[in-house]
Amino acid sequence: MYIYDEIDQTMVDQRVNQFRDQVRRRIAGELSEDEFKPLRLMNGVYLQLHAYMLRVAIPYGTLSAEQLRKLAWIARKYDRGYGHFTTRQNLQYNWPKLEELPDLLAELASVQMHALQTSGNCIRNVTADQFAGVAADEVIDPRIHAEIIRQWSTLHPEFTFLPRKFKIAVTGAETDRAAVKVHDIGLIAKRDVAGELGFEVIVGGGLGRTPMVGPTIRDFLPERHLLSYLEAVLRVYNQLGRRDNMYKARVKILVHETGAEKFTEMVEREWEQIRDTAVDLPAGERERIAAFFNPPLYDKAEDAAETLTRQVAGDADFAHWVETNVAPHKADGYAIANISLKPIGGVPGDASAEQMDAVAALAERFSFSEIRVTHEQNLVLPHVRQDELYAVWQTLKSYDLHTPNLGLVSDMIACPGMDYCALANARSIPLAQEISERFADLDRQYDIGELKLKISGCINACGHHHVGHIGILGVDRKGEEYYQITLGGSGAEDASLGDIVGPAFPYDKVVNAIETLVDAYLGVRADNERFLDTYRRLGADPFKEALYGVN
Amino acid sequence: MALIKDRELSEDSWVHIEDGVPVPSDGGAIVSLERWQAERDALSGRNAPIGIRLDSDTPAENLVADIDRLDLIAVPFSQFKDGRGYSTARLLRERYGFTGELRAVGNILRDQLAFLERCGFDSFEYAGGTDATEALRAFDEIEVVYQTATDRRQSAAATRNHPSRAFSNGTSG
Repeated sequence: MYIYDEIDQTMVDQRVNQFRDQVRRRIAGELSEDEFKPLRLMNGVYLQLHAYMLRVAIPYGTLSAEQLRKLAWIARKYDRGYGHFTTRQNLQYNWPKLEELPDLLAELASVQMHALQTSGNCIRNVTADQFAGVAADEVIDPRIHAEIIRQWSTLHPEFTFLPRKFKIAVTGAETDRAAVKVHDIGLIAKRDVAGELGFEVIVGGGLGRTPMVGPTIRDFLPERHLLSYLEAVLRVYNQLGRRDNMYKARVKILVHETGAEKFTEMVEREWEQIRDTAVDLPAGERERIAAFFNPPLYDKAEDAAETLTRQVAGDADFAHWVETNVAPHKADGYAIANISLKPIGGVPGDASAEQMDAVAALAERFSFSEIRVTHEQNLVLPHVRQDELYAVWQTLKSYDLHTPNLGLVSDMIACPGMDYCALANARSIPLAQEISERFADLDRQYDIGELKLKISGCINACGHHHVGHIGILGVDRKGEEYYQITLGGSGAEDASLGDIVGPAFPYDKVVNAIETLVDAYLGVRADNERFLDTYRRLGADPFKEALYGVN
Repeated sequence: MALIKDRELSEDSWVHIEDGVPVPSDGGAIVSLERWQAERDALSGRNAPIGIRLDSDTPAENLVADIDRLDLIAVPFSQFKDGRGYSTARLLRERYGFTGELRAVGNILRDQLAFLERCGFDSFEYAGGTDATEALRAFDEIEVVYQTATDRRQSAAATRNHPSRAFSNGTSG
């Protein structure tokens, strides 16, 4: 993974000092809360319902064991012993004190971390495929360019006061695990016929109150031009994006209102002016960054697969976990181990300090000290020898991190909702917990198969409900929590937005409604058909009928 | 309000002239773009510096033909969060070759100064709540830059590729 040099370290250290002074000025009354707000937001500090919240950047979801240990340590010292992993692969602390934040940030800087650009109307922390570097279907490790983008976007002088926040995601694989089509910019690495590396550029996707699957504005952008092209997109957006209405300020609205074709022309025209300037990195710098992402030195691991087969045969619970949570790795004898942060009845994405320490220790021993955070709020040990999976699983078991539910109904995304968030209209966490309890029987979950359930507590869609196979959106109806259900969304390579199935349900009817939908699916599905595919084949009718008794 | 020019507190030799108010015959005068366009010849015939105000919803491109006749361009920032002027400034400097004084006006706060300078502004009508002398420290709080911008500070990437070169210390160019 990327290691800071003296230059990077100087930057984060000076940033901590700068923020320390801003906090000092706030506490001394030199800055009003209004004046302080944009400053704290640029450093990931929100004022939530009960306290300040700090969102720590985990660039493209990659962590070292040392960094995860530090996050655990901070959770104990400055929070209440836990943290919350988010859909942007970041970590949130819910209870830090304002006056302690500078020290907390200094602790982060000591392990090459920061909270830069995790909020505010700037280019946010860049995300990537959590299987980067280990996925078999990968053209290139997307973290190389995610890191290039991280550096370029850090304190970018021109793009720090954009019309609205701006999110970039990168994938290097055919299977889209990074939801690139619902980002402000999505990048898919590919090679042209000549074998040259480049990117498909998608602009103007997004969720929120106006969800859109983004159009491709360029099929192939040669890799060396990446930053100048991004700069052109951002400059067009910064000048023309709407600033009169915050709900229409995202780039998706500009692309939509301008038309993708005309928007593309504007970007290309701007790019022609800057494509051969110093905006793009010198080749030497691209190579320097790429070298950090060279694969680790894998063992030969010759008998690993055989050992695993034997262990799977001898332990049915372990076999379940392997089947559900373990993914193929590109190196022989290795596997990708997904760690579910969705225990039955738990808070999706929460991890205690003890759990973080346990995962850090496992990574050190079994995964080249590397951990990934997924946008679905789980963790990953990316390089585990197949014959060591059993030992990993046994440790996970003692920390309640072994739930074999990846991609199943209880592996849901849920935003913090009204339990923490000042924007929310409804609770998300208790609903997620109740649904999880209702489907607690894992055999039943296996039978249901892949089902992506996503819950947002308000229209801002932090829980990605639009792209859930089943999406749940909390709304306020005369002071009461109601939940709208959407069906048929997907955030993967077959991206689509869910359709509202019918009238919303009050809180106490939602779990039954979800169960009714699942039962309806089980009644009409074809062999091996996912919920999503059944919905796509048959449309909403059978589900409407089950829910409302009408067609 | 204090004026910061080239990173120093400075006397302001310019005055903003509202539309309809006569332009004094001497001293620097800043007028609206519309007035400039209507009275171009008379204004440039004055034997004194002339500047215009370029609102952030007006494309910098509109000034191309006038760039060499202007001594100052003032870009208003009515709100902290309206960042269009940053792009305007870069285009004026980098694409259209404006070399006169580029002034950020409006509600300019301490913590915007470094970003504005990187985009080509060299003077600032400072309105921030903190003391203007103290605010000068804002320019140097973070020495590392990751991008090439108008100020021509050496980016981290460039430094890494030419390790013998020292970090340049960021003055506008």
